[in-house]
Amino acid sequence: MINSISLTVNGVRRDIALPDPRVTLLDLLREQLDLTGTKKGCDRGQCGACTILVNGRRINSCLALAISHNGADITTIEGLAQGEKLHPLQAAFIEHDGFQCGFCTPGQIMSALGLINEGQAGCDPERIREGMSGNLCRCSAYAGITEAVLDVQRTLAAEKERRVA
Amino acid sequence: MTPEIRLTESPAHLRHGANIGQPLTRRDGILKVTGKAPYAADRHPRGMLYAVLAVSSIARGRVTFLDVAAAKSHPGVVDVMTPTHKPPLAEDPDAKTNPFMFRMELLQSDAVRYANQPIAVVIAQTLEAATEGAALLTPTYETLSARVGLDADESFVPPAVGPGHPPIVEHGDVEAGLAAAAKAIDASYETPAQYHNAMEPHAIVASWDGDKLSIDTPSQGLAWAQGRIAGLFGIPVENIHIRSPFLGGGFGSKGLISGPQILGIMAARLVGRPVKLVLRREHMYGPVGHRAPTRQRLRLGTDGNGLLTALEHHAKTVTSSFDDFYESAADASHTLYASRAIRTSHEAVRVDTGTPLFMRAPGEATGSIALESAIDEMAWACGIDPLQFRIRNDAEVEPISGKPFSSKALRECYTKGAERFGWWERPLSPRQVRDENGFLVGWGMGTATFPALMFQANARAVLRADGSGVMETGAHDMGQGAWTALAQIAADGLGLDIDRVEFKAGTSDLPDAGIAGGSAHTATAGVAIHNAGAAVIAKLADLATRDQRSPLFGAGNAGVIARNGRLHRRDDETRCESYADILRRAGLAEIEATGGGAADPVAQADYAMHAHGAVFAEVKVDPDLGQIRVTRMVGAFAAGRIINPKLVRSQLFGGMIWGMSFALHEEAVMDRRSGRIMNPNLAEYHVPVNADVPSLDVLTVDEHDPHVNPLGIKGVGEIGITGSAGAVANAVWHATGVRVRRFPIRISDLLMAG
Repeated sequence: MINSISLTVNGVRRDIALPDPRVTLLDLLREQLDLTGTKKGCDRGQCGACTILVNGRRINSCLALAISHNGADITTIEGLAQGEKLHPLQAAFIEHDGFQCGFCTPGQIMSALGLINEGQAGCDPERIREGMSGNLCRCSAYAGITEAVLDVQRTLAAEKERRVA
Repeated sequence: MTPEIRLTESPAHLRHGANIGQPLTRRDGILKVTGKAPYAADRHPRGMLYAVLAVSSIARGRVTFLDVAAAKSHPGVVDVMTPTHKPPLAEDPDAKTNPFMFRMELLQSDAVRYANQPIAVVIAQTLEAATEGAALLTPTYETLSARVGLDADESFVPPAVGPGHPPIVEHGDVEAGLAAAAKAIDASYETPAQYHNAMEPHAIVASWDGDKLSIDTPSQGLAWAQGRIAGLFGIPVENIHIRSPFLGGGFGSKGLISGPQILGIMAARLVGRPVKLVLRREHMYGPVGHRAPTRQRLRLGTDGNGLLTALEHHAKTVTSSFDDFYESAADASHTLYASRAIRTSHEAVRVDTGTPLFMRAPGEATGSIALESAIDEMAWACGIDPLQFRIRNDAEVEPISGKPFSSKALRECYTKGAERFGWWERPLSPRQVRDENGFLVGWGMGTATFPALMFQANARAVLRADGSGVMETGAHDMGQGAWTALAQIAADGLGLDIDRVEFKAGTSDLPDAGIAGGSAHTATAGVAIHNAGAAVIAKLADLATRDQRSPLFGAGNAGVIARNGRLHRRDDETRCESYADILRRAGLAEIEATGGGAADPVAQADYAMHAHGAVFAEVKVDPDLGQIRVTRMVGAFAAGRIINPKLVRSQLFGGMIWGMSFALHEEAVMDRRSGRIMNPNLAEYHVPVNADVPSLDVLTVDEHDPHVNPLGIKGVGEIGITGSAGAVANAVWHATGVRVRRFPIRISDLLMAG
């Protein structure tokens, strides 16, 4: 039996034949859809390098079987920038040097996006650190990561305040 | 097939200035935040197959059976590479013709010499099939008892430690110094095996075309990797093209090409198609190196004024049963503290483990945590503040060699760091301070040091008729920021704005940039770039000053300076001409020159060359649960010229967190019965997460060092770990009054002592 699924990946609908049910979302993205921005660091949900958004929520794509996500709306690091215009999180990661080797960076940024969507952390650095702790960075660019997320949260909070006023 | 690597210029709003000394944002930043930076495992040549390692589950013995038939019958499996079915090699992987050539397991026999050793490679159409095929091999073994730990066997004195250092160094009479001491301590410290655990697992994509080999693999040393591959496969070096534009971290584990990477090349040869082989995380706990465990004994004596009369540092470590690498932990005591007598020595035992290797601050980190703990204990025994004690014993000249330091702004690091931290408020006795929640608060410090090394590198510089420049060197960016920092040096070397310079790095067809290790890459490759720039500018100046039509005519080569794309007469800067005009008039499309970078043997003979620093840490400990939190760290470092303060801050922060991790987190736990590592994954091998990381502050102290190299760079990649590990350990003592001498410090160490 050849299974197939359809996914919306970065806004584009993709119909995908899945002859092998063992394929994870991570391996599907990397090996079949040529979306290699999402990284594999451990393949068992321990490092966060494979973080993507599925229906707006952040998940470890290495722990998700593709076949069980038929119909899902997926956002990966490749879907954030609009043409040449970087997403504010991407710009903030550069500005605050929130990475060194860059391998964990796509996962960090997607996780930060998920965290912001969750509305749990706000502008509290302690809660941002906690909320970003599923994403390891062996270079330990954590200070810059926290500053970058905080920067974007503050901008969002200021915008919200302006709208209310 | 391969996306061209084009570094995007930093957007204008992210630019703060230009060239050396400026805090430019990373020039590879946009590629990295958009997911477009190509790492080795992202490559996918047409017709590529997937290879997965099968690794041994025993630590010593031999493989007696592999169910190759079962693996091959799995749909999608193409072939299984085993000791009896593999392409021939031109060289014995166990041959060792130089000390930096490590023996590897390339299926040369059925022997197993450590757990997680590769014993077969399954090649399949899909990653899933290859993974399943590897599981289906279900090997059986003839198992011998594993030799585990520092007491596994008779010890011996290794022939050399670290990168060829003498195992025993003696200066003065330590026993006499101890006998004459007013106060003395004698303490032993243990450090665990640690694994590099770069976020990017070792990976290779290999394609053969006849005797030509094209590979994508992360490398901290392209030329060395090329040489090793050439030897093993019996092909000329120039037939091997390696691309390594980005490493997802290296920390030493990608300094030398590893066995599994070679197995990927063999697999591609076996099946005649491109092959991708990526290590699973657990495969990284064996064949790709680690930091060896140590047991270190320190004996210190002081006179009535708290001055050291003797310093003895002995380190016991392990190496593998089949190869030699010895963690040079005791060498950490060679340079920092003045003492009439210093003795350092090493011994080792052979155990059933993968061969240890350089891991970020090899020797220095391991030795530093023991030395800085012992210095702290000695200061307490003397009743002297630990910073005062260090200042009092600070070495004015390198203690053993007697050489002057090329520069040493350590005193300023002590003073400025202490001021920033508020150190002088610290009570001398431990367990004196609690915070508002009743947690015990402790402050500790440590001295940081790392040698300022230079390797060998070459670079090629080009000036083009359109006024732009090119700088080429096969440099490696493992996160330290080579794409940016070296481009800054290139821009200054060519006298151009950085955006007018095309900087090429990361491939093996470029001039050899030397190894990215020893915190020496920016210095070594930087000096080569600087010299190549100077050489091509000299050629340009020669063209101009000999040309009667040039405003620079007659100035002589030394009489011009290059700035912002123009040559100016030194004696009259209004007389100038653009590079483009000079080349156009000469009818040249471009001119080129090369330059090298290497240590200056004369300066090295005359001076001791080290970077220094002081690290201060605050911890809070739950008195009931023993939980330790680092709440604040301040580091002050003097490391010569800083090329890019923004990147240097990140490097030093990273090192400081590694130091904290050394004191509190990292340990590979070995099952003593089986010789297997019990926590070979990122959930159980603890590395700091964001929530573990405290408020960090780093400051750099200016140093103008004319001796280390023409650019005055000392390097910052590793020094951050040293000092930091001891600072955290000492802060735990100061918070609790419990001196833990086995690292990492565990909750149980504090509770048991209470």
